Amino acid sequence: MIGRGRRGTRLGVGESRAGMIALGLAAWVIGMLWIFPVAWTLLTSFKTEQDASAQTLHHGLSLDRYSDVSHSTEGVLSLATAFTNSLVVVLVSTTIVMLLALPAAYALAIRPVPKWRDVLFFFISTKFLPIVASIFPIYVYAQKWDLIGTRTILIILYIAINLPLAIWMTRSFFIEVPRELIEAAEIDGTSLINQLRSVILPIAAPGIAATALLCVIFAWNEYFYAIQLNFAGASTMPQWVIGNVSTRGNFLAKLSAASMIACLPVVLAGWAAQKRMIRGLSMGAIK
Amino acid sequence: MTETTADAMLKVKGKVGDPFSSPWRRRLPLLPALVFMIAVTQLPFLVSIYYSFTNLKDKTQSLIPEPTKFVGIDNYRAIFDDPFFRQAMWTSVKMTVLAVVLSLVFGTLFAILLDRKFFGQGFVRTLLITPFLLMPVVAALIWKQQMFSSLFGILDKVLEFLGFSAVAFISDHPLASIVTVLVWQWTPFMMLIMLAGLQSQPSDIIEAAGVDGATPFGIFRQLTLPHLRRYLELGTLLGSIYIVQAFDAVDQMTGGGPGSTNIPYFVYQESIGGGFRYGSASAYAIVVVVFSIIIATFSLRVLSGLLKDEQRA
Repeated sequence: MIGRGRRGTRLGVGESRAGMIALGLAAWVIGMLWIFPVAWTLLTSFKTEQDASAQTLHHGLSLDRYSDVSHSTEGVLSLATAFTNSLVVVLVSTTIVMLLALPAAYALAIRPVPKWRDVLFFFISTKFLPIVASIFPIYVYAQKWDLIGTRTILIILYIAINLPLAIWMTRSFFIEVPRELIEAAEIDGTSLINQLRSVILPIAAPGIAATALLCVIFAWNEYFYAIQLNFAGASTMPQWVIGNVSTRGNFLAKLSAASMIACLPVVLAGWAAQKRMIRGLSMGAIK
Repeated sequence: MTETTADAMLKVKGKVGDPFSSPWRRRLPLLPALVFMIAVTQLPFLVSIYYSFTNLKDKTQSLIPEPTKFVGIDNYRAIFDDPFFRQAMWTSVKMTVLAVVLSLVFGTLFAILLDRKFFGQGFVRTLLITPFLLMPVVAALIWKQQMFSSLFGILDKVLEFLGFSAVAFISDHPLASIVTVLVWQWTPFMMLIMLAGLQSQPSDIIEAAGVDGATPFGIFRQLTLPHLRRYLELGTLLGSIYIVQAFDAVDQMTGGGPGSTNIPYFVYQESIGGGFRYGSASAYAIVVVVFSIIIATFSLRVLSGLLKDEQRA
């Protein structure tokens, strides 16, 4: 609900018509400026390599670079492999995150455990622990258990990086479920699972969707673990993108095309869900 | 609000008389998540503490493997003699503070611009959030190859066209280049949080103030800004959590070039990024954790304030 029926923030200059137009224009200029690097990369991805390196446009635009990067070469990580790996890792980890986060949020919001605040702090405090503080034991044990270069290790770690945020956000959406509805269901003797399914989830669904989307974004874009713990057959999209940086010959147009392909799924999802993300990111600070 | 209704509910359930109607029944849904997080984050941390007192190295990386032995606090003593570590700490602080503050300022300004009706409002918002959705490694490569590069970069082409001399952005200003990319990506995130704040502002109070003759600027300063405070705090907190861990941009843009090695990249270089000295790298990591805990305690107090507000509401 952006600005519906509201006149927006007062800046002190926004009251006159000319001022309104000027601020609208300013927003457009900033929007153009912010998107410029992406737009330029999109343009480059349609160019020939010579044009891309010289930043000129003599040879026209085509989709050829896209077909170049999607054709696999023997012994090089292919788009199909990386895409499948990313998809599996992201979907499996996000599903497990939500399966763990929903009951946990229930126990923190709707029928809170004693000391629920401490538990919530514990979850969010794990985000303060630098990744580097636990990476060597993880690396050493992953090596010991033959998990290096598998999707499994990435799934486990992506659950760990997303779970605290997911619990925190889901909890804030659960709090907004009207208490009377839950109590009514309680008195009617509705079981826990049915309560979740018929009362809580329908109300919290948009928030839960926004939470899951944020987990998908962070998992799809993750780079450090993907590079460090995962080579060979289980590599994900970030590895495929940097594989297009070449030290021999021109690569700028191909790299641009690869960048666009790698970012497209998450960008489209984010565009579609932007209004929900605005609500979700404020994590229930709105009451 | 939660305690009283929850107690009432407990009584209702208590009548059924099942063995799990105690607090354990409530704790049960929490356990899987709790156990998972302890196993994957806390146990490795404990192992890290143990490693930090040893001279553990990756055996496969050296020709004559040294036996692993207990070295006491030698690793910790070495840290305080290491100028590179101090430099990395300082770089981390500069990088995080600059990136968080700048993206918060830009994010707030953009949110104010977007929180009013104008032609193409939704479209402009879509343009602005896009950088946040990009893979950080792609964002770093776009800026490195297309904007900053002295070979193909568009910025130098523009500078030369305007009659200025070219700037070697990444090699001469590595930290500023990385901060630019971080700010470019995180401004939309801050903007989304601030938009949520602006939209949750109760319009009746503002209208009442307007009727009472308050100036628009007065309304902004005395009503909007205080209301935005907890959104600013939330943005600072979340932004710091993610930006202090920034690795992708450093790795891709400068590879830790002069003045741009932050703590994550430093510890990475000491260990799996080439040093393979897990023992001493663990000690570095533990010192970082101690610093993080100090900062986190402070931040959690902020969060705690957020929760109290929520309960009052």
